[in-house]
Amino acid sequence: MNYTVLTESFSPPEIDKREIFRYMGVISSDNDTEKLTDLCLDEIKGSLKYNVCYCVTELEITNNTADFGCTSITSDSLSKALVNCERAVIFSATIGIEADRLIAKYGKLSPSKALCFQAIGAERIEALCDEFCNKIKSEYGSITPRFSPGYGDLPLSFQRDIFGILGCEKRIGLTLNESLIMSPTKSVTAIIGIK
Amino acid sequence: MNFREYLKNNIVVLDGGMGTLLQKKGLLPGEHPEAWNLSHPEEITEIHKAYYDAGSNVVNINTFGANPLKFSDSELQEIIKAAIQNADKARKLSNAPQEKFIALDIGPSGRLLKPFGDLDFEDAIEAFAKVVRIGVKYGVDLVTIETMNDCYETKAAVLAVKENCDLPFIVTNAYGLDGKLMTGAEPSAMVAMLEGLGADAIGANCSLGPAQLIAVAEDILSVSSTPVAIKPNAGLPKVENGKTVFDVTSDEFADIVAKMCEKGVRIVGGCCGTTPEYISKLCAKIKDIKPSEITDKNISCVSSYTHAVEFSDSPVLIGERINPTGKKRFKQALAEHDIDYILREGLNQQEKGVHILDVNVGLPEIDEPAMLKEAVCELQAIINLPLQIDTADFTAMENAMRAYNGKPMVNSVNGKQESMDAIFPLVKKYGGLVVALTLDENGIPDNVEGRIAIAKKIIAAAEKYGIPKKNLIFDTLAMTISADRNAAKVTLESLRKIRNELGCHTSLGVSNVSFGLPARDGVNSTFFTMALTNGLSAAIMNPYSAEMMKSYYSYKALSGLDENCSDYIEFSATIETTTVAKEQATSVKAPTADNESIASELQKAIIKGRKESALTLTRELIKTVKPLDIVENEIIPALDVVGKGFEAKTVYLPQLLMSAESAQASFEVIKENMQNSGEKQESKFNIVIATVKGDIHDIGKNIVKLLLQNYGFNVTDLGKDVPAEVISDKVCELDCPLCCLSALMTTTVPAMEETIKLLRKTAPGCKVMVGGAVLNKEYADMIGADLYAKDAMEAVRQALEL
Repeated sequence: MNYTVLTESFSPPEIDKREIFRYMGVISSDNDTEKLTDLCLDEIKGSLKYNVCYCVTELEITNNTADFGCTSITSDSLSKALVNCERAVIFSATIGIEADRLIAKYGKLSPSKALCFQAIGAERIEALCDEFCNKIKSEYGSITPRFSPGYGDLPLSFQRDIFGILGCEKRIGLTLNESLIMSPTKSVTAIIGIK
Repeated sequence: MNFREYLKNNIVVLDGGMGTLLQKKGLLPGEHPEAWNLSHPEEITEIHKAYYDAGSNVVNINTFGANPLKFSDSELQEIIKAAIQNADKARKLSNAPQEKFIALDIGPSGRLLKPFGDLDFEDAIEAFAKVVRIGVKYGVDLVTIETMNDCYETKAAVLAVKENCDLPFIVTNAYGLDGKLMTGAEPSAMVAMLEGLGADAIGANCSLGPAQLIAVAEDILSVSSTPVAIKPNAGLPKVENGKTVFDVTSDEFADIVAKMCEKGVRIVGGCCGTTPEYISKLCAKIKDIKPSEITDKNISCVSSYTHAVEFSDSPVLIGERINPTGKKRFKQALAEHDIDYILREGLNQQEKGVHILDVNVGLPEIDEPAMLKEAVCELQAIINLPLQIDTADFTAMENAMRAYNGKPMVNSVNGKQESMDAIFPLVKKYGGLVVALTLDENGIPDNVEGRIAIAKKIIAAAEKYGIPKKNLIFDTLAMTISADRNAAKVTLESLRKIRNELGCHTSLGVSNVSFGLPARDGVNSTFFTMALTNGLSAAIMNPYSAEMMKSYYSYKALSGLDENCSDYIEFSATIETTTVAKEQATSVKAPTADNESIASELQKAIIKGRKESALTLTRELIKTVKPLDIVENEIIPALDVVGKGFEAKTVYLPQLLMSAESAQASFEVIKENMQNSGEKQESKFNIVIATVKGDIHDIGKNIVKLLLQNYGFNVTDLGKDVPAEVISDKVCELDCPLCCLSALMTTTVPAMEETIKLLRKTAPGCKVMVGGAVLNKEYADMIGADLYAKDAMEAVRQALEL
């Protein structure tokens, strides 16, 4: 098996404002929230990056252990999520540090904007992951939903394995801190099964 | 011959990729390549030898990821020692005729530095220093710092090298497709900082193929007075028939990189995917290229972690507002350690269009070295303008210059021996552009000749320290014309001579000229224009003064520095809106006669979250109503309306926050008013709030803080990632009845529990309230918290009930 780690930059996925409102805890948006969101979207425009690095691996599930060839992990929920798959994609994605900077800036200046940038960041990184998964789907056919460390009984410490395999620091500037939190924070690591 | 001498007259060839070759030899994903120095020494030696045989002058030992964050001290010692031995063996085995050097290779730590990551700057320096000390002990010829994608981490690595050896060092950064580092730095910013720090060569490596690196190489060449190094990847990896291939061939690679040498690049090599074949073809291509001469670009500049600001024809504006002199409200903020106030002052000036922020936090009763460093770091977390570090305290100056992310502006040195002896070594070590005042032991000369003589003396002294005059900017000292009618004339004449005859840039603290006079704005702005026509390069000024800004934009337009007058036209639009805003303010003013209608107006403004209106209305109201009555009868009732709506789910979080911010704007007016009248504000009680150790999320915490402040609590915010001891110390110091803790991750809840345990011991009377995404009432009980708040309003309600 070839474990080459590939890096890819995506163009900005389409923005879904309703998702942004949802992340802000707004059920039916009003004029003020719309205005606030437009203002923030305008400020963040052009400063985000959409980078992914990933590796296609083999996959063998015995009992509740998923063996990717380059690493393996015992997790009931992950094994169930990847059932019937013979290959998997381990990936990490980030929209870069700028969202964190704006959240920090407005945390001091205007918490409503900080909340909004937080929501925009969440919507953007999810959109990037969707974009990436669509690409994998078009190349490999049917795939499972993405599964991240911390879901179910897949321990957060599996982050270290993912970072070791992908070299996210060097490839997309994504780092893992001592308490297993990622910086930039608007980032995702996940596994998808190829059916 | 040593490396520095060789570099003077030759193009230096580095080696190519290591990781990709090791993978071919069986290195597994996730395995540390550095461990192979010990487990597979023959393979490593073989690769080094192949590069020497291909023509490399320098091989990087296999220590890219060898640092104390990944290995124990004893492992590190063994790995680096073996890595050097492997390279040394290869050098002895290779019969290739060229000069051969061995470089200690330092890659990124793998962690992001604070404030957006969790690695402390000083800890990063110490981590790299350990590597450098071992490398020096076992003998390398130079140090390579490479693939750094963050400006601050680059500085940490450079300081580690400078503080532990005198070896030459090459620094190359990893630029993305947008031509910037991952954390935003442009090539000109990196060159500014690295030349200031004294790098032997500066450049780019990794992340891109040779064709995509051409633009970055050209950017660096255009501003660098130091040899430039370029090490591209062999393009991007692809998988073809189960094999990894890179999409740029060795011939294409050699072609493009050779062209870079023709344009002036002096150090070349390859990164990921390149092999001895790439290096050998490159050597063949460049063997007849004459090494370009390194010319001094004579650029005077400072930089932040994103961009450089150059001093040339277009005047540079330095915002003067972060300075307590003559500002009661600012002094109060400093005394109360109200960092947010300083940050707002910085952001407001940035919005007005200044290029650099002066930072002065000197007050007799505060610990200036600690405060200045903190202010610099906090400002740099949210503002990307370069800073001018302004202090007369040499310890404070060094602390701040060391912690600064970029090449700082330093304010100031003067002709006194004591000053030059203290400041110039700091500039030599940390880099910087220094404001030099034309005064010395005998004071400020009252004539032009005297000031020029001091300027010459300062230039000569700087040169002795190896600081070129492009890194000096002279301030000929604006003195008030109310004391001496010729004061401005002498200042301007000195300025003109220094710019024209000594060829140095100049700066002035413009506002001093009108000290003691009424209606100072007009005098200041006219003086500013006069100084600009006499060759002023930069002004420390008040960007809130419309007159000063008018002078600046008009001067630029009139001097041919503003294409199509577009900056002027854009600026003029902001003047118009200011006037319109004033008119609107007057129109709200109309019903002042009727106190009741104004009162409800302010409440409406807060409920609707109209910050500007809340500000204007409070300013009006405070003329006739007692400040505390405004709080009691206007602000709190309005907040209650919004708070109830939020709990009833008719108002959503963004609206709650916009209201809270409007209330905060009103409070700021009230605070200022009370500060000036000497009235004391009664706060409910002290609360310490923090995000616990290990957690870097603070949006929720900031929201709770804002609302608690709104309701009159005296909140001390310790920030995020705060150790239990720090929280406990603060709670004890302030004798707090309540401490609020936040955690967002399951992994950081144990840190919360630990903090609570410590508080039980040190401050048994203090109640602990917890909140955060992963918590609920049961979980909160389990870790021993007294109170749990599911959102900010509930936190306020519970605090009020205490």
